[in-house]
Amino acid sequence: MIELKGIRKQFGDHVVFDDIDLALERGEIIVIVGPSGTGKSTLLRCINFLETPDAGHLTVGDLSFDATQATREQILALRRRTAFVFQNYALFANKTALQNIAEGMIVVDGMPKAKAYARAREILERIGLADKADAYPASLSGGQQQRVGIGRAMAANADVILFDEPTSALDPQWVEEVLGLMKQLAAEHQTMIVVTHEMQFAREVADRVVFMDQGRIIEQAPPAELFSQPRDERTQRFLRKILATNVV
Amino acid sequence: MHALDFDYMLGLVPILLGYLPLTLAMAAAGMACALVLACLLAIVRVTRIPGLNAVALLFISFFRGTPLLVQLFLFYYGLPQVLTFLVAINGITATILGLTLHFSAYMAESIRAAIVGIDRSQTEAALSIGMTRAQLMRRIVLPQATRVATPTLMNYFIDMIKSTSLAFTLGVTELMGATQKEAAGSFLYFEAFLVVAVIYWIVVEALSWVQKWLEQRLNRAYQR
Repeated sequence: MIELKGIRKQFGDHVVFDDIDLALERGEIIVIVGPSGTGKSTLLRCINFLETPDAGHLTVGDLSFDATQATREQILALRRRTAFVFQNYALFANKTALQNIAEGMIVVDGMPKAKAYARAREILERIGLADKADAYPASLSGGQQQRVGIGRAMAANADVILFDEPTSALDPQWVEEVLGLMKQLAAEHQTMIVVTHEMQFAREVADRVVFMDQGRIIEQAPPAELFSQPRDERTQRFLRKILATNVV
Repeated sequence: MHALDFDYMLGLVPILLGYLPLTLAMAAAGMACALVLACLLAIVRVTRIPGLNAVALLFISFFRGTPLLVQLFLFYYGLPQVLTFLVAINGITATILGLTLHFSAYMAESIRAAIVGIDRSQTEAALSIGMTRAQLMRRIVLPQATRVATPTLMNYFIDMIKSTSLAFTLGVTELMGATQKEAAGSFLYFEAFLVVAVIYWIVVEALSWVQKWLEQRLNRAYQR
């Protein structure tokens, strides 16, 4: 359902990655792991054109086009089919939790306000923040803000939700509530691609774990396989290092 | 040294207050026009529209780089000699024009800074849910930039009210011009200018209260 083919991204002379292929089915959950600065986030951002790929072909649902020849309409359509959860939440500071979730439905989907707010309230219920509907982001904890960020992504009714290190900026006490919500979405078979350092989450939730290093996909496999029998030496080294500091 | 003539001062107050509406009207008109022009300049600067950006830079540089009084004289006494159709320009129009151009140059930079200062990740978030650039500006960036820029813009408005006093050099009988005439008749310069100073002061203080109230309202969303 989602397919990246031959994706390249460079900043000036620095090639972040080249010729990346990645495909996933509807309902599949992919977790991308790897050392920092490997291009995981950049790859994620290429999927909804927050970064423009320098080469390659993208398919999301019935939308399929060459990245270098994307039209404005195709990019907007692509962004409607994908949703993004940011490391630093990136909530709209001038809008309440409810409005943050309803904004896209009203402005992008053209839904009547009453209907959008009703849906947004349902989502607030699901993310456990029904009592915070009228709270502004500044008055919410990091964990609550990120749950609203996820709620905003849920409201987009997208084919896939892209998570860019959703718990990295959180104080430790808020990590679990955000991961819990993501597990809830996973249980509902929401298609998602997650960049994270939370190995326990990857092991529990992922259908497939993708290991990236220095702009390459080194290997990908179901978590049980990748974590217990990594084939590549770089994967082994990375896992040894991260598992030493991260109780799995 | 002589004692202050309080009776004269009290009698002067209602006379001078009669000219306050003209002063405020010039400031309000100048502010309205300057806001529109400043927003246009700021958008040109932020989006770096080729060509126009250079014009905006030159405009801002000139009107910030020269005294308001010089600009007023240029428009009122100078320009009509070159552009003869401007001969009919009156002092009030010239003042509003001068205030508009002068203050829009300053305000454009405040508005630009406020727009640029909005956290970039919110821009990305808006784009990520499929908003267009125009929707992003209207729904997310400008409301927040307004809040950031408001205190500075209010300061410029206060400054503009005081700057209307320069209109008397173009022969306009506004608050300052009226005071000048009254003082010349009575020779009680100290009393007359003291009264007008207090009038300006009270107007500005009142505006400062409005400013505080406005800021509190605008900050509601940002309190923890």
